[in-house]
Amino acid sequence: MKNSTGNMSELPDISILKCMQCGICSGSCPSGRFMELNIRTLIKKSASGRPVLDEDELWMCTTCYSCQERCPRQIKIVDWLLSVRSKAVHEGNIKPEHKQVIKNLLDTGHAVPINQENIEKRERLGLSSLPSTVVKDDGALKDVKNLLKSCGFDTIINEDQI
Amino acid sequence: MRKIALFFGCLIPNRYPGIEMATNLCLATLDIDFAELESASCCPAPGVFRSFDEMTWLTIAARNLALAEKMDRDILTVCNGCFGSLNEASSRLDNSNRKNKELRLQVNKHLEKIGLEYNGTVKVRHIIEFLSQEFGSDKISELVTHPLKVNVAVHYGCHMVKPTEKIKGDSAENPVFFDLLVEATGANSISYPDKNQCCGAGGGVRAGLHDRSIQMVEHKLKMIRSKEIDCIVDACPFCHMQFDSGQYEINNTQNQNYKIPVLHYTQLLALSLGYGPEDVGIDQNVIKNNELE
Ligand code: SF4
Ligand code: SF4
Repeated sequence: MKNSTGNMSELPDISILKCMQCGICSGSCPSGRFMELNIRTLIKKSASGRPVLDEDELWMCTTCYSCQERCPRQIKIVDWLLSVRSKAVHEGNIKPEHKQVIKNLLDTGHAVPINQENIEKRERLGLSSLPSTVVKDDGALKDVKNLLKSCGFDTIINEDQI
Repeated sequence: MRKIALFFGCLIPNRYPGIEMATNLCLATLDIDFAELESASCCPAPGVFRSFDEMTWLTIAARNLALAEKMDRDILTVCNGCFGSLNEASSRLDNSNRKNKELRLQVNKHLEKIGLEYNGTVKVRHIIEFLSQEFGSDKISELVTHPLKVNVAVHYGCHMVKPTEKIKGDSAENPVFFDLLVEATGANSISYPDKNQCCGAGGGVRAGLHDRSIQMVEHKLKMIRSKEIDCIVDACPFCHMQFDSGQYEINNTQNQNYKIPVLHYTQLLALSLGYGPEDVGIDQNVIKNNELE
């Protein structure tokens, strides 16, 4: 497909308008074997201008990149999908489990923070009780929190809802 | 070889610290000049945070890159997720074109608020790619003092080899470089159906659609169990958790009896270099690794 000026190279890399619906992506998709995700039809839907932000399918992709590697039109399918997810999230379409992961990052600088069980595992191994990350450095944690604030990340979730 | 800033991320220090210990021991034994990247945060996890807000993801990643830049070291990751995230971020913020420099300018506006700046000079390595490139399987096997006689199901994990646009491995469809490193320890890498398929943990699926994610790893486990295999060897703590605690969950919910030991490559290598299972936390998995203890 050519765009209005007839110049392929002017299309953005992630343009799904180049999709020819060959189905190589969905045929390569491991999530599609176990879930309702059909990445080919999702792309079709979006390319034809229909809304996809509420689709649960968006969240079934493990970002394995099999589709993107094999797409004969070299569409950056995962990059596209992640950008759609991001729009969905900014419209408030976010799972409670993912809100918790966000809260973890906002509070601790880690998606998965340390806990007592693992402090003990570390000690048994002869490692320091806490790792040498932000968890041990209040100033660094404050820096990370300031960056998250500067990017407006805290506004994605309404903390009262958790 | 540039000097190394070792980046552990979240899951290794906070859930599988044995991998941290094993990595430290292996790098020291191989006489690699490394220092831990102190005061690092989450990489941040690509599947979730890049999904939520790209600028936030990139800025937090850039802080980690800038810390390594200050140490004048490249980053070495021991996790496919950290590698995927930081490698992608570094490739978008390097000096290769104007678009990257412009993006870096935006990121640096945030970093400026905490007195940091990133200049785009840090390369990001993955432990398997690093050992394979800088040493090679022949050299590793020369260093092995306790060859392991085990049959291994190797799991690469997606973000060690893909996207090939950003990662230059030997092949995304049929890679061999990890198998060669496993065999350097004396082990046999046994082929199994759907070997290169995803474990099901990534992209926020393990957190957001947990049962479906477990179905995906169950398929992998079934394929692995169909062969004569002593253990699974991975190179990512997220795949590791998916295989390890996944077996426990499947056993509890479906009356199954999976008990396949799961090792990170650094743990396997440490054993072959003469360390004991308890030195590197192989006894700390959810699935008890009795046969390897
Ligand atoms: S593989 Fe590419 S061209 Fe084919 S259907 Fe999928 S996105 Fe479209
Ligand atoms: S990246 Fe997502 S959509 Fe593409 S093949 Fe993998 S799971 Fe399917």
